[in-house]
Amino acid sequence: MTVLIDKKSKIIIQGFTGKMGSFHADEMIKYGSNVVGGVTPGKGGSKHLNLPVFNTVKDAVSETGADASILFVPPAFAADSAMEAADAGIKTCVAIVDGIPSHDMIRIKRYMRRYTKSSKMTLVGPNCAGIISPGKSMLGIMPGHIYKEGRIGIISRSGTLGYEAAQQLKNLNIGFSTSVGIGGDPINGSSFRDIIEKFETDDETDAILMIGEIGGPQEVAAGEFAKENMKKPVIAYIAGLTAPKGRVMGHAGAIVSAYGESAIEKVEILKDCGITISKNPSVMGDTVKAVLEKM
Amino acid sequence: MDIHEYQAKKILSDFGVTIPRGGIVYSPENAENKAREIGGSRWVVKAQIHSGARGKAGGIIVCNSPLEVAQATDKLLGKKLVTNQTGPEGKIVNRIYIEEATDIERELYLGLVFDRSSESIMVVASTEGGMSVEEISKEKPETIIRSKIEVAVGMQSFQARELAFGLGIEPDLIRRASETIIGCYKAFSELDATMVEVNPLVISKQKQILALDCKMSFDNNAMFRRNQVSELRDKTQEDAKEVFASDRGLNYVSLDGNIGNIINGAGLAMASMDMIKLAGGSPANFLDVGGGATPEKIVKAFKLVTMDEKVKVILVNIFAGINRCDWVAEGIVEALKKIEVNVPLVIRLAGTNVEKGNKILKESKINYIEANTLEDAANKAVAALNK
Repeated sequence: MTVLIDKKSKIIIQGFTGKMGSFHADEMIKYGSNVVGGVTPGKGGSKHLNLPVFNTVKDAVSETGADASILFVPPAFAADSAMEAADAGIKTCVAIVDGIPSHDMIRIKRYMRRYTKSSKMTLVGPNCAGIISPGKSMLGIMPGHIYKEGRIGIISRSGTLGYEAAQQLKNLNIGFSTSVGIGGDPINGSSFRDIIEKFETDDETDAILMIGEIGGPQEVAAGEFAKENMKKPVIAYIAGLTAPKGRVMGHAGAIVSAYGESAIEKVEILKDCGITISKNPSVMGDTVKAVLEKM
Repeated sequence: MDIHEYQAKKILSDFGVTIPRGGIVYSPENAENKAREIGGSRWVVKAQIHSGARGKAGGIIVCNSPLEVAQATDKLLGKKLVTNQTGPEGKIVNRIYIEEATDIERELYLGLVFDRSSESIMVVASTEGGMSVEEISKEKPETIIRSKIEVAVGMQSFQARELAFGLGIEPDLIRRASETIIGCYKAFSELDATMVEVNPLVISKQKQILALDCKMSFDNNAMFRRNQVSELRDKTQEDAKEVFASDRGLNYVSLDGNIGNIINGAGLAMASMDMIKLAGGSPANFLDVGGGATPEKIVKAFKLVTMDEKVKVILVNIFAGINRCDWVAEGIVEALKKIEVNVPLVIRLAGTNVEKGNKILKESKINYIEANTLEDAANKAVAALNK
């Protein structure tokens, strides 16, 4: 299996005909992703990039059999679009958009409680780079060529720091099964724990690199899950050693407001959970390599 | 986004919370009149700055005559108050709030925040009002009561009642206390707040339940739909460079060190700062120009970082994805034509078309130090500092 997406995933673009949607749809198609169409309310029936445009996600799903979507709609409308995707039966939805109000994110998460675990859409993001399974499919905005095919799973809150890690690993000739950007917002669709659990059961992944940062409880929650439930090794780096308390560091979610949320505290807790720590961001690749050599 | 105490109180009062009578003033004459208008025999003169712990810093003065009110106002206006939350540079007092004094019987604590673990709104209350929530959780943790509120259905009366009884409020006042707690919850949920803190919430000798001090913060991402709240922003309370940055779509946080940073992406920016620290340096700022790092943003970023006199070296670290390094390099060259940089400049480019990007930088006339990796960049920045 592959985590979240594979070559067969049928992708639609929500916000297809806009500037961002068009540009990244084209990039995804060039990478080899199976993009089958898009949604822009009011433009249904037309063609864009030689693909059909639909008014609703439901129409797109019934006509194309789409099971994955990516959102390029403005923040004010993003919550609505995500819920529309969930309701139409999309399995994996990536929200790239930065700037969704936290109250809206809570609303989405509550809305999704109506679905059973097996019929519930996996929402990744918002404010993220998306998902890539190198050589198979890209449902995101990352530069696909820096990701080598391989057997490491990577989860990152930050986009560019995830790229940095991908590059370091590529230079060491190590590749990825899947890379998932979960985004920098305080409330997100999928947490580190949600994704790490998927990697544990993925037979194409041998080890997981988790790139966290200051703020919020999610790295620690993933660490505790790993300690109890995982056999595969987990390597982590936490950014923000020098970040002052109580200040938002770019990502809306990168703010230390409680115990256990600073970089030093997270590192200590993760170590106690048996996770290998990359002591600084320039050795993420080397740390993964050392762990692989011991396996 | 933070707002002033008097603005937060006005909002709470619109949601049915009782507040002491008061008014905002901008001059001593104004203040004296306002005190007479409010009436009574004791007033509290409160400096309005975006910080708690104002009392300890001398920002809150109790007065016994309108003349004293005028004098206290005169003393505080234009002054810089330094509290344990403002940093050593302090915050300037441009507005004074005059309020009738309250006869306090009990001081309670009431706070509402987002709980990121449960993804709900958490109400925190304690009988130990007047202390900061950090102090309460350290010294009297047993007095803290919490209630998680399901956002989809909102706060129910029984939840507010439980909190009120938990605070030991007498039966006659439970209804009013519940209304007060629900009022705070509604203000939080209906205005896209991220924090509402009433500290202290008091019971007066006259058996009124009053919000005596209040702090509120709001979700910047939701300000597009909260015009009335966003109008309350007071830029004089924010760092000038941070205001310059936020007006131009840059994420900037001013820090104490001397290595200026221009980086794309918040995570990479934090990671670069970590590397600077490990190399023995100290960052002057956090600056995320956005994942895309467009040439326009890079020009603005250079303008911003060169405004900071502390900066002795500038470190540019861009990981170009979809936006190629050659394009980023052209942006840097353009920026340096417009902005004079008189300190050593270290540039590290990585990602798509990195060779082309470095070639453009080399062939331009700009004076810079090339770095290849994150570590190399941090080491070279610190080395340039020590030259």
